[in-house]
Amino acid sequence: MSSNHQHHTLVALVEDKPGVLTRIASMFRRRGFNIASLAVGKSEQPGLSRMTFVVEGDEHTVNQVTKQLDKLIDVIRVSDITDEKIVARELALIKVNANSSNRGEVIQIVQLFRANIVDVGAQSVVIEITGEEDKINALHALLEPFGIIEMLRTGLVAMVRGQANGRTSDSVGLNAYGQVSNGFGAGHMAAPEASPKPETSAKSET
Amino acid sequence: MILTGAEIVCESLLQEGVEIVFGLPGGAVLPFYGALAKYPALRHILVRHEQAAAMAADGYARATGKVGVCSATSGPGATNLVTGIACAMMDSIPLVAITGQVPRPAIGTDAFQEIDVTGITLPITKHNYLVMNVEDIAPAIKEAFHIARTGRPGPVLVDIPKDVLQVERTEFIWPDSVNLPGYNPPGEAPEEQIAKAAELINQAERPVILAGHGVLISHAHREMRELAEKAQVPVVTTLLGISSLPTDHYLNLGMAGMHGLAHASLAIDKADLLISLGMRFDDRVTGRLRDFAPNAKVVHVDIDPSELDKNVKADGPVAGDLKQVLNQLLPKIEPNVHIEWLRYTDKLRADHPSTQIRDTQELLPQYVLTELSKATRGEALIVTGVGQHQMWAAQYCDFQEPNTLITSGGLGTMGFEVPAALGAKLGRPDKTVWSVAGDGGFQMTMCDLATAVENKVDIKFAILNNGRLGMVHQLQDLSYNEEHFATVYSGNPDFVKLAAAYGITGIRVTEKEKVAEAIQQAMETPGPVIVDFMIRETENVYPWIPAGESVNEILEETAQQTGPGEKGS
Repeated sequence: MSSNHQHHTLVALVEDKPGVLTRIASMFRRRGFNIASLAVGKSEQPGLSRMTFVVEGDEHTVNQVTKQLDKLIDVIRVSDITDEKIVARELALIKVNANSSNRGEVIQIVQLFRANIVDVGAQSVVIEITGEEDKINALHALLEPFGIIEMLRTGLVAMVRGQANGRTSDSVGLNAYGQVSNGFGAGHMAAPEASPKPETSAKSET
Repeated sequence: MILTGAEIVCESLLQEGVEIVFGLPGGAVLPFYGALAKYPALRHILVRHEQAAAMAADGYARATGKVGVCSATSGPGATNLVTGIACAMMDSIPLVAITGQVPRPAIGTDAFQEIDVTGITLPITKHNYLVMNVEDIAPAIKEAFHIARTGRPGPVLVDIPKDVLQVERTEFIWPDSVNLPGYNPPGEAPEEQIAKAAELINQAERPVILAGHGVLISHAHREMRELAEKAQVPVVTTLLGISSLPTDHYLNLGMAGMHGLAHASLAIDKADLLISLGMRFDDRVTGRLRDFAPNAKVVHVDIDPSELDKNVKADGPVAGDLKQVLNQLLPKIEPNVHIEWLRYTDKLRADHPSTQIRDTQELLPQYVLTELSKATRGEALIVTGVGQHQMWAAQYCDFQEPNTLITSGGLGTMGFEVPAALGAKLGRPDKTVWSVAGDGGFQMTMCDLATAVENKVDIKFAILNNGRLGMVHQLQDLSYNEEHFATVYSGNPDFVKLAAAYGITGIRVTEKEKVAEAIQQAMETPGPVIVDFMIRETENVYPWIPAGESVNEILEETAQQTGPGEKGS
């Protein structure tokens, strides 16, 4: 199994019930999966929430994460949309040192990034930025020399774009049992090439 | 009909066809017991420890294929169920546990006997419920049974606060259906998966069927046998797959794995195709994964898609219910004879006689189990604990009918033998039930002998008594330089006197010549009987593929094999 760690973006439609987040978090913890970020909120359907996960791991791991998520009764559908055409956004609030002498410089940077200053104090400003992860990372890097006092990021939210073939909104529309889960779908989770020998997981000791 | 929450629980259990509830009451669950008293159709078996309630419900479920039901009060009652629930989870056993919870206003206040049992059991249940409104009880119980018995079965816990059981009342409405949009276990498999699997099977020259618990759960033993016979494919089983094909069937190579029969593990090693049916490539089966079945492609059928590609990558993964999948597959399988391959596996069997018993006057456990199997003609329900005696039972007993070996596989739960036998016999009163026990495990749950006596449950206990935690002792032989720390019991009770204390028959056997007679006497004596077999203390289980190793490192018994210092080849 390859050990290259990459980020995968998964979206899931889940029941909006007490304990759902615990069940999901518990499953990740127990099976040793890593969540880079997790965002959850209401969906367009009453009683259902939509979650976006950014998960670290190779294909095998992410395949397992997808199936294990799907196995939870409260998870209705789950899909790996990493290789789809997606809109992905994150929101960050950054409180940075800025006094009368360098506030102008901070404002310039903020404007370049089309971010907003949402609070101004004598010694600091709070910046709001929305965008893809890279954009936020770039702004963060430029602000770092001024001294970042606090930062909060929401984690990525993502959605499949409306597509030319008429498919409009099925980020989690795939049947995870028949397609995503088994690696038989025509899409992004196609099974890796057959190998002559059963591949093994990293775990070989008892 | 306006009923209390507790009455609704009882009505719901009746709707689900429940006959027996194993449990032990306490404050928070008492309203349920108050209602149970008015429902004689629901037989309650009062245990001595809640662990026995969960394991008896498990044994009942394994023996009957129905959902086992147990109940306990909040706090320690609920936590005592935990081991039994975990055991059911690991072995995919349909179980519903009903627990009382402190009243709603007390939840979160660390009230007396308050424990977050839904939190505790979250990773060891297929699903669980905390029911906060009386209207939700019937739907929750309907869903619990549906989830427990369908798809890959498993335990479901329903936790109900005392005031919801007692104070609240509502109309009892049994829902027509369940509303679980996130739960759609597969039935038939997609045609392309079937086609690929059939192609791999038809092309194979050295195929082996690896039969797991799923064959029994899915009632697919006939279909599997048809597949094996049609294409002449030898069958190797996991521990929990053992009774899926009669032991004496000419294609049955027996159990493979850590203490499996050498020829079975070697057949996997030489196979060019594994047809893995309802099994999950547990490490006790595979050993070191990178050396497992090095020459084989893999067809893997499982109802749980997350098992596919989890431990072993499948060339032909099939997600579906095994019985339906085999019915889809069978017409596509070409008849075959595999003459050379079967000749080869026959030779393996002849060259590696794993179940030969050496000629000695000592009382060997293997001999005891062979005699037991003879006396019951392989038709008894054999319930075991966990350890050496379990492996010997798996190796030396014959199983002629499906679901006749009841044993804790995944969790390896010592103490299972007493309560699981209780549940199994209550579920199958028509069957002879032998609980094959170790002296260690027996003492973990022997308090529930009283339950067997009280309810006149006719179980025969065969304690293979070596005065030690034999399997751990055996591990210390190999891996800890024979330093036997904390594995010898020097103060075991006299089990014959213990039997007398419970008012039942106890027989001690110290000589080989007395084995058959004692077994006969036990079976002719009505009610529970304990037979205490004082076996050779340092006898070890062979074959043995030490943990984390492969079949290349298999240790096989030699004619003089014994305990410390004289390990096998």
